[in-house]
Amino acid sequence: MARRVVITGMGVVAANANNQLEFLDALRAARSGLRFMPELEDLGFACQVAAIPKGLEAALATIPENIRLATNECMSYATIAALEAYKDAGLEPAPGDQPDDTTGAIIGTGIGGIDTLSLRVVPNVRDKRVKRIGSTVVEQIMGSGSAARIAGLLGLGNQVFSNSSACNTGTEAMIMGTQRIQLGLADRMLVGGTEGSDPHIWAGFDSMKVLSRKFNSDPEAASRPMSASAGGFIPAAGSGVLVLEDLETAQKRGVRIYAEIIGSAINCGGMRAGGTMTMPSSSGVQKCISQALKAAAIDPRAVDYINGHLTATIADPMELNNWSVALDRKPGDFPWINSTKSLIGHSLGAAGAIEAVATILQLHYGFIHASRNCEDFHPDIKDFVRHVPQSTQNVPLQIAAKASFGFGDVNSCVIFRKWSAS
Amino acid sequence: MMNQEDIYNNVVRIVSKHAKDTEALNSINPQTHILNDLKVNSARLVDIVLDFEDTFDLEISDDDADRIATIGDAVTLVKALKN
Repeated sequence: MARRVVITGMGVVAANANNQLEFLDALRAARSGLRFMPELEDLGFACQVAAIPKGLEAALATIPENIRLATNECMSYATIAALEAYKDAGLEPAPGDQPDDTTGAIIGTGIGGIDTLSLRVVPNVRDKRVKRIGSTVVEQIMGSGSAARIAGLLGLGNQVFSNSSACNTGTEAMIMGTQRIQLGLADRMLVGGTEGSDPHIWAGFDSMKVLSRKFNSDPEAASRPMSASAGGFIPAAGSGVLVLEDLETAQKRGVRIYAEIIGSAINCGGMRAGGTMTMPSSSGVQKCISQALKAAAIDPRAVDYINGHLTATIADPMELNNWSVALDRKPGDFPWINSTKSLIGHSLGAAGAIEAVATILQLHYGFIHASRNCEDFHPDIKDFVRHVPQSTQNVPLQIAAKASFGFGDVNSCVIFRKWSAS
Repeated sequence: MMNQEDIYNNVVRIVSKHAKDTEALNSINPQTHILNDLKVNSARLVDIVLDFEDTFDLEISDDDADRIATIGDAVTLVKALKN
């Protein structure tokens, strides 16, 4: 029998919170992290709203200066979230020269260190000043930069790498870490995703017209998942990191357990049956959710709550219908569902991990945060409206599902069960 | 125009940012070895030299950069290049 995997620590940096405690408070209050960005206006973006963490100076000051000099924005969010998650799990970096061979990290990113590329690499190469680039650029643009930085600070000796599957990345990292523990290759994995806030990341999305552009004068209303007036997502930055642990190892340590990962699945729609590079195939999404439920060995009626991918694009109605088909639950019999992106926008490769932290906090503390800005609910999914909280609801929850979908027609789904010692 | 003390203080300021052993900074002196005593990652010598070039407004050749081992070596080199 595969080893059981539980969550023992969580850390988060988002536009509405700089740590887990602030995030819990922000979720309960459905606090928005969306702000008007004059820089985007100056640059001619159609979307001039973004969701970027702020006020991290104190957290950054805890990172030694020699490390900080080689840590860009994307890496710094992951580092702060990972240090919080590690501490939250009751862990401390091993003293001395021996790494902790039982613990690894998978910290993914959808885009990575574009800020370093745009600010340091491109101008210096273009101006034939390669010598001026310096020694810290490679580690800040390599895909595995964040995972490597965290491994160095904590002394991790197990597998350390980064995955990348666009907006699916954070959830996929969690599943890959789970599998590594289940296989007995690690006892503990730090997993998550991170993304920076550089306009160069977002320019392509703006040009694609997939960013929200009609609410620049009312920024907190600009992320509108499931609404009739949804016109695209709000670009965001941040990081979520979770400590996954083999159940027996966690119990031996006597540490608090938030939840158990009881099932998961990763797949690709293969860009067939309506799937494209930029749109998911419904059959692929449904298959992914069904496989996760099957792995969890639960009746789909046991799912109390879904934290949707729900970005505020035309894919939202399709997503609700896919959940309905995969769970075989009609609108009258549907679980609660909300979109954390209505509060903090869409942080691409970090989104799944931040939203997993949101999901587990709601599961652990028994509430469902309000899904903002869908008072004009989309008519194609109007029958689901009573399952989408307009205000935060205190509800005891046992089982939650989290899914993410990404460009490339890739999907992942995780089923969590609230931890109960009995 | 920078005097010897200004050069020394700036060299110490620039190198200190990269020190892994921050305790060793308490006893920093011209004989302090940048890699061995301060445990600076050897890759960071590139950034230290770039910072010297910006701060002191000069160019340092690769051969000259390779000869910097101690704080005193850096001060001597900067002083020579400025004169």
